[in-house]
Amino acid sequence: MRTGLDSRLVMRREGFHLDVALGIDPGQTVALLGPNGAGKTTVVGALAGLLPLDGGYVRLGGRVLEDAATGTLVGPAERRIGVMFQDGVLFPHLSALENVAFGLRSRRVPRREARRRAAGWLEAVGLGALSDRRPGRLSGGQRQRVALARALITEPSMLLLDEPFSALDVSSRAGLRRLLQDHLAGFPGPSLLITHDPTEAFLLADRLVVLENGSVAQEGSADQIRLRPASPYAADLAGVNLLVGAASGKVLTIGNHQLVVPEAASGRIIATIHPRAISIHLDRPGGSPRNSWPTRIERIDHHADRVRVQTGPPLPVTAEITPDAQTGLNLAPGSEVWLSVKATEIQVDAG
Amino acid sequence: MTEDEHSIRKAPRRREGRSRTVQRPRRPPAFIAIPATIGLALFALPVLGLLGRAPWSRLATLLGSDLALEALRLSAISSVSAAVISLLLGVPVAWTLCRYDFPGRSLLRGLVLLPMVLPPVVGGAALLFALGRRGLVGSPLYEATGLVLPFSTGGVILAGVFVAMPLMVLTVEGGLRSLDQRFERAAETLGAGRWTVLRRVTIPMIAPSVVAGIALTWARALGEFGATLTFAGNLQGRTQTLPLAVFVALESDRDAALALSLVMVIVSLAVLVALRDHWWRSR
Repeated sequence: MRTGLDSRLVMRREGFHLDVALGIDPGQTVALLGPNGAGKTTVVGALAGLLPLDGGYVRLGGRVLEDAATGTLVGPAERRIGVMFQDGVLFPHLSALENVAFGLRSRRVPRREARRRAAGWLEAVGLGALSDRRPGRLSGGQRQRVALARALITEPSMLLLDEPFSALDVSSRAGLRRLLQDHLAGFPGPSLLITHDPTEAFLLADRLVVLENGSVAQEGSADQIRLRPASPYAADLAGVNLLVGAASGKVLTIGNHQLVVPEAASGRIIATIHPRAISIHLDRPGGSPRNSWPTRIERIDHHADRVRVQTGPPLPVTAEITPDAQTGLNLAPGSEVWLSVKATEIQVDAG
Repeated sequence: MTEDEHSIRKAPRRREGRSRTVQRPRRPPAFIAIPATIGLALFALPVLGLLGRAPWSRLATLLGSDLALEALRLSAISSVSAAVISLLLGVPVAWTLCRYDFPGRSLLRGLVLLPMVLPPVVGGAALLFALGRRGLVGSPLYEATGLVLPFSTGGVILAGVFVAMPLMVLTVEGGLRSLDQRFERAAETLGAGRWTVLRRVTIPMIAPSVVAGIALTWARALGEFGATLTFAGNLQGRTQTLPLAVFVALESDRDAALALSLVMVIVSLAVLVALRDHWWRSR
């Protein structure tokens, strides 16, 4: 941990208390998940040096950036932390090229050199042809690519990605996600991805940290959280069914099982199905018969006011029902049941 | 990449679609149109009256007189100086009022706006009591430097700054307030120091407000009458600006007054229309 990020962030605001210990190894990506108001963006501000700590410390690569006990405080300009802000926050009066070159110009790199390197970065994020455009004339996905290039060009010691996908439509999401995957893989420092979308967290991060009400509710790998969710929110996001497969028209093939979806797609896909969208029946259900299949219950977990049911082949998924439904259907591990899911409840992302 | 190309092609179409759904109605309803017409007439009629009565054939001669030329020169110098000083002092005032919290801030904000509601004559009198040769500050200033502000061109400029700078503070403070501070924070994380943030982010982003502030302060200073008369007097060639010259000429030479008024109307209108097209529409 000594060479990565080592931090404890304590902040007290009226009605809000943040106390988070966060460590990230070099080259590792941690996803910080949490409901709205959990303090995710506050963590970004604290690490970037934009919001002073009331207690705790921030150490990065063995360098003390902030320590409330000793009064050490390195300003945001000297922290060398690259931030990709929510909605990009590109400078509207500068072209894409000038936005990317901004960090180099601020560090007194000569204009010509800065522009040359910025052009290279725009090329690397696939926007070489649009370098003269101002942010107002770029699409949401293109703006986020510029924001990524702008954050990376200064070769920061750490990367903070604050909800990079939140403003994007589904089609530009997949492209940006692939781009981020490439760049995060090659990034030598620690990276923190802020998100509230479990799909993104599972796909991009090595480790998950669940933040709730200003403190860490749980952390670990996706599988650890999936098996033992420590809070209803963690259970909610970890229980989401992520299915990798291929699409051809409106038919998804996952393993040797097929699902029907309302919109046509093609190629590798990730299908997301919320456990509450899956119904359990004792007999073959009527209605939309194509998205129903017989299976066997493998395991049942009880959480406060809901019951999670894990099923076996042909398509292992988690379904969530109420305790009443479980009693009513008389479900137990080993029970033979039918599952069904509406086509409109299956979210498809390009993989 | 393809999906982004796709979405950029889609983007303008979406924008068109939006403007179609909230298309402006072609004509305002009568309950808007009638009072609006009366209101606009109140602005337009005096200008038309001026144009109708203007001594077009003698314009060159009238404007070539010593009185007119000196007033024109003095007004040009004093209004531009007042606008520049308002810019240099008003922007920091707006900045302080907007970005820093300190006791007495609302009192200060009221104080800054006071000249806008005060009768200019009272403002001029106040300036005289403070900065006159026997005034609170004027007296030690005179003892130390021999500088006398009242009844000098400097006094004209000072009176202009006093009445016009509130407009600069107001517009720039509004611009700063509506500026999302995340832009400045983003610049900081990119290694920009305070001066770089100011020069490359804040100032360019509030430029429309600053330009509007310059235009308004300049126009206000150009038209200043009461405070100038009280504080600086009406000395031809030294403190007699265009409005004062018009006032004097109305008694003696009506055509000269009309000619000078015409100059003020045309110059002010030209500047305001040009700026409005250039800056305010783009906001």
